[in-house]
Amino acid sequence: MAKKSFRQAINEALRQEMDRDPTVVLMGEDVAGGAGAPGEDDAWGGPLGVTKGLMPRFGRERVFDTPITESAFIGCAAGAAATGLRPVADLMFVDFMGVCFDQIFNQAAKFRYMFGGKAKTPLVIRTMYGAGFRAASQHSQCLYPIFTHIPGLKVVIPSSPYEAKGLMIQAIRDDDPVIFFEHKVMYDDEEEVPDEPYVIPFGEANFLRDGEDVTIVALGRMVKFAVQASDILEKEGIESTVLDPRTTSPLDIASILESVGETGRLVVVDEASPRCNMATDISAQVAEQAFDALKAPIRMVSPPHVPVPFSPSLEDEFLPSPEKIAASVRAVMEAPARRAAA
Amino acid sequence: MADLAALTMPKLGLAMTEGQVASWHREEGDVIAAGEEIADIETPKITAAYESPAGGTLRRKVVAPGETVPVGALIGVLAEPAAEEAEIDAFIAEWQARFAASAAAEGPAAPEPERIETPFGPIQVLETGPADGKPLVLIHGFGGDLLTFFLLQPLLTERYRALALDLPGHGGSTKTLPGADPASLAAVVSAVMSARGMKPAHLLGHSLGGAIALALAEAEPERVSALTLVSPAGLGPEINGDYIAGFIAARRPRELTSLLATLFAGGQSLITREMIEGVLRYKRLDGVTAALTAIAAANMPEGRQAKSFRHLLADAARPVQIAWGRQDRIIPAMHAEGLPAHVRVSIFEDAGHMAHMEKAADLARLLES
Repeated sequence: MAKKSFRQAINEALRQEMDRDPTVVLMGEDVAGGAGAPGEDDAWGGPLGVTKGLMPRFGRERVFDTPITESAFIGCAAGAAATGLRPVADLMFVDFMGVCFDQIFNQAAKFRYMFGGKAKTPLVIRTMYGAGFRAASQHSQCLYPIFTHIPGLKVVIPSSPYEAKGLMIQAIRDDDPVIFFEHKVMYDDEEEVPDEPYVIPFGEANFLRDGEDVTIVALGRMVKFAVQASDILEKEGIESTVLDPRTTSPLDIASILESVGETGRLVVVDEASPRCNMATDISAQVAEQAFDALKAPIRMVSPPHVPVPFSPSLEDEFLPSPEKIAASVRAVMEAPARRAAA
Repeated sequence: MADLAALTMPKLGLAMTEGQVASWHREEGDVIAAGEEIADIETPKITAAYESPAGGTLRRKVVAPGETVPVGALIGVLAEPAAEEAEIDAFIAEWQARFAASAAAEGPAAPEPERIETPFGPIQVLETGPADGKPLVLIHGFGGDLLTFFLLQPLLTERYRALALDLPGHGGSTKTLPGADPASLAAVVSAVMSARGMKPAHLLGHSLGGAIALALAEAEPERVSALTLVSPAGLGPEINGDYIAGFIAARRPRELTSLLATLFAGGQSLITREMIEGVLRYKRLDGVTAALTAIAAANMPEGRQAKSFRHLLADAARPVQIAWGRQDRIIPAMHAEGLPAHVRVSIFEDAGHMAHMEKAADLARLLES
């Protein structure tokens, strides 16, 4: 089986779904690029080359460049989805959602519910997130908690090339609006990805390690860090379960609760800002529903509550790391055993 | 100099490059019989018992439990009780130096599966052994793929030109079925044999693959020179319908782990994370659920086998042997009873439905004799 990059995996998912279903269209700023300039067709294929090659294959009718007007083309995509197409819109950096959020949370997210279940909105919004790219505060955020907060949206955060392809195909086939988060420093990550189309269902967590001492929940790029932390800890005799929820909405809280029921300890790793993020949400749900299973306080590993720094050394310090995750796990393991509920 | 014997990391399967000594069953100083299981070897694909290649006293465990070493690396030393410690140290040092030198010179790469075009669509095959070897076709069962023979196939390379294939709906082959009954799937096997210039061949079929081998013997008897059937379908009505339905439905690793445990006599200990992940990834491919559902409906509707090929075994002209694990919980081993005398039946007491994995070496010996 061929190794493919995160970028290639998403490109292949888009291509296969466009081959299979003529209603799938792509739109966004420079998803092809070079419109009207001789010899410059398909110059970009998206800012980091994810959609490269799709315009020559499917034509500008199905892969079209939009003006730099997120409010217009995200609104256009929502309308197109409600009227029979399956658009995949490229919001480029999730930091740009501020100018088109009404189209997403007041319009696309509400159609199914406010039109009495008669409308479906098979819209995918692809967007880049995350720090580590030296792109400063306005191009480095992890805003998925904000989308997770909105009922009616599905939120997908793939953690590897294999995951990205299967989740993208599911996103396109899904009849609800899906926000698909791509971590910008993961595009060159490689692993074996099947050539054939396949789907990974939403709301089903992936278990990457099985251990009985502690559960580590992580999302997106943090999954790799959590696995690295797990391997460090294993050498110290600490056996951890690493769980990737894959989607924050729907969230596979059942698998998280089941695992915490077995380990009694939870560490949640989230690259998003620490207030009202996925770590706080998951921790709250576990504390509410599985308090008696907990042997130690829950730990959350997130960046500090500040804008992402532009200084490379500060940005590195800002991010969670395998070492920080391992340190939190050790702290959870060393916490005095909680007295069991009477 | 005393007689010293090296215990080395075995190669369990075509693609194995390294393995872990999961645990030692015996202590230094214990007297070991040849063929005795003295350690468990773990790879991402499988955990298997390590049989001592010779008898003697286990004088040294070179590799500690949990340690991973390359295939062929020294893991322990057998010697007479009289052998000096210094002699053993020297043996190990010399052995390690020689191994390091040979590891530097790279061996041939493992054979890779390839996809061939057939009138039924692309079919993935893996061929091993010499071109002038006896032709042997390996046919897997329901929900499996050619990798199910990853332990057996490398043991056959001296004598056989062995071709394992992924049936339609399985592995890396087309997910479009030409039909779901054994005869339709047998036509695909026949097409692969034609494409590969294998006129008559010895067919080895496991489970549903056994019924497909029998169906090919029925439709094109001239193509089938001999049959080896491992826990085959097609010899009786019983089959574990809960397993079949559960396999189609399973989506989570845990469901699948307990389900796959019913395949082996050893239960869950043989099942690795990679095995589970591989099956889940296969089941997510477009068209797989539809294909499995169609095959189940055609071959084992309502938990009973639809077709019997027992009558075909009456023909004494073609050599037929049957291997079965006594603890098979998918298709009962009693289906091997009451067959004509010329059918050679081998029952493995401590194997389940997967004798070609659980008893690969024994099955290979049956194919050599």
